[in-house]
Amino acid sequence: MSGLTRAEVEELAVLARLELTEDELARMQVDLAAILVHMEALAEVDTSAVAPMTHAVPMDLRLRKDEPQPSLPVEVALRAAPDARDGHFRVPNIIKTQEGA
Amino acid sequence: MTELATALQNWEPVIGLEVHVQLATRSKAFAPSAILFGAPPNSLTDPVVLALPGTLPTFNKAALEMALRLGVATVSKIRAKSRFARKHYFYPDSPKGYQISQYDEPLCEEGVLDILLPEGGRKRVKLTRIHLEEDAGKSSHAGAFSLVDLNRAGAPLVEVVTAPELGSAEEAAEFMRALHRMVRYLGISEADMEKGQMRCDANVSLRRRGEDRLGTRAELKNINSFRFVQKAVEHEIARQARILDGGGTIVQETRLWDADRGASFSMRSKEEANDYRYLPDPDLPPLHVDGPLMMNVMRTMPELPMAKLDRFVRDYDLREPEARQLIEAPALADYFDAAIKAHGSDRAARTLAAWITTELGGALNRDGKSIEDSPVTPAHIAALVKLIDDGTISGKMAKTVFDEVYTTGTSPDAIVARDGLRQISDPVEIERIALEVMAASPKQVTAYRAGKDTLFGFFVGAVMKATGGKASPQVTSDVLRRLLS
Repeated sequence: MSGLTRAEVEELAVLARLELTEDELARMQVDLAAILVHMEALAEVDTSAVAPMTHAVPMDLRLRKDEPQPSLPVEVALRAAPDARDGHFRVPNIIKTQEGA
Repeated sequence: MTELATALQNWEPVIGLEVHVQLATRSKAFAPSAILFGAPPNSLTDPVVLALPGTLPTFNKAALEMALRLGVATVSKIRAKSRFARKHYFYPDSPKGYQISQYDEPLCEEGVLDILLPEGGRKRVKLTRIHLEEDAGKSSHAGAFSLVDLNRAGAPLVEVVTAPELGSAEEAAEFMRALHRMVRYLGISEADMEKGQMRCDANVSLRRRGEDRLGTRAELKNINSFRFVQKAVEHEIARQARILDGGGTIVQETRLWDADRGASFSMRSKEEANDYRYLPDPDLPPLHVDGPLMMNVMRTMPELPMAKLDRFVRDYDLREPEARQLIEAPALADYFDAAIKAHGSDRAARTLAAWITTELGGALNRDGKSIEDSPVTPAHIAALVKLIDDGTISGKMAKTVFDEVYTTGTSPDAIVARDGLRQISDPVEIERIALEVMAASPKQVTAYRAGKDTLFGFFVGAVMKATGGKASPQVTSDVLRRLLS
């Protein structure tokens, strides 16, 4: 069993958009490592001849006809947003470019 | 020598493209909202687009059929069972926190697309894959804030990925043209680059000429016109050569092409971790392409651009550059075919092609019109060429008639009948007029006979003037030569 480093837990937190306290990071490191132990137990089974199953029920994707349905009014669409301006969702600036060589 | 030309002496560019093409469906890929360019911001959303809890995606059959058409046209291997995957990243233009895409089981693989080389000939470009995915919304950046419009979010896209085997900026641009032409022939996208319906990322690396190993590549994003593909790639080749020649190394990075400044900039997102954590989308069972669906796609395939080009050259004896011009847009090629049919003789093809590409093309271009809006129909062009063929009007008169048809939409035959535009080709009639002209200009006759050959044009002009431009240029010339000698 390999466990998880503190840095790995921090990276996972970033990817999951979670802000964890020191205590939580420490607890997650233990809990996630324990979950990995269970996963490793599963990995012991030879599944090389078994196709991966991604759905509990064997079925194919149902296709929808290309017929547009009415959309939500703009004010309804924006109602739950923390911030809106001129019919847009407004969010903190996300992109930063830097002049290259 | 330009910086680029110097760079190309030592370095060989290796370019791969990832092109996104928006499919021309009426509704979104996995959501029921309509797709309309230019609608008020956020007026085309619904609970699925907004990723509200409890919603589920349902896939649009038309998007699948369109992607399959491209798969068939590029001779791709098409998976009977492909799969949608979630590509995770946090960005405000994608409310779900992931994009529905395809990862290890894409719809199409190992296709090819032929491109036309500017110097003549073609090159077959391998396609690694074509997969289906959904578009993100649009964010515009203003100071400390970004504004997000989700109208485009969820629009169906195909992403076409080439193998890294384009060898120049021109080839990269030609690939874009070839794909643009193809999707328009297939009727699966308008591919209007100004509307963002076709966009391209370019992976560019350099290797020293003669070497096999690929260099480190940079990815250029945000390229949205044929001209910019070429400019962005040229700029990147020069940039990398400058670094390598200076003893530096290329950093693998994403660079944003800024068309206004004609330069690229390193793009650093605040989100540094580039870990998409692809996983099969549990909301979407495998996508099954069955026989009847394929049959339907195959049955409705149109004649493709390269087949049309071959046919125009082979059956109509067109020169390659002219044939290339005619196949550029499907409507133009159809126009040409219709004109030949209306004329009834394949032998007129070259003349028809010349009228369509030169006179009509010039007039449409001048007025910013497309062939679909042409006031001159294929039957008009055919009638005009017939009038020249049977000697009714001269080529010069035909130009005047063409202008009249273009302006009024009246048929050439009606104009000729109405204005009495009938070429005078009777030598006796022309001789009579020529003799009158000569009698009125004794000095010029003497001068011409004394060896001033340049005066010949004066006599032709005078006969033309006397006949209101109706004299046959050929007969006039023959008659004058005989009388003046």
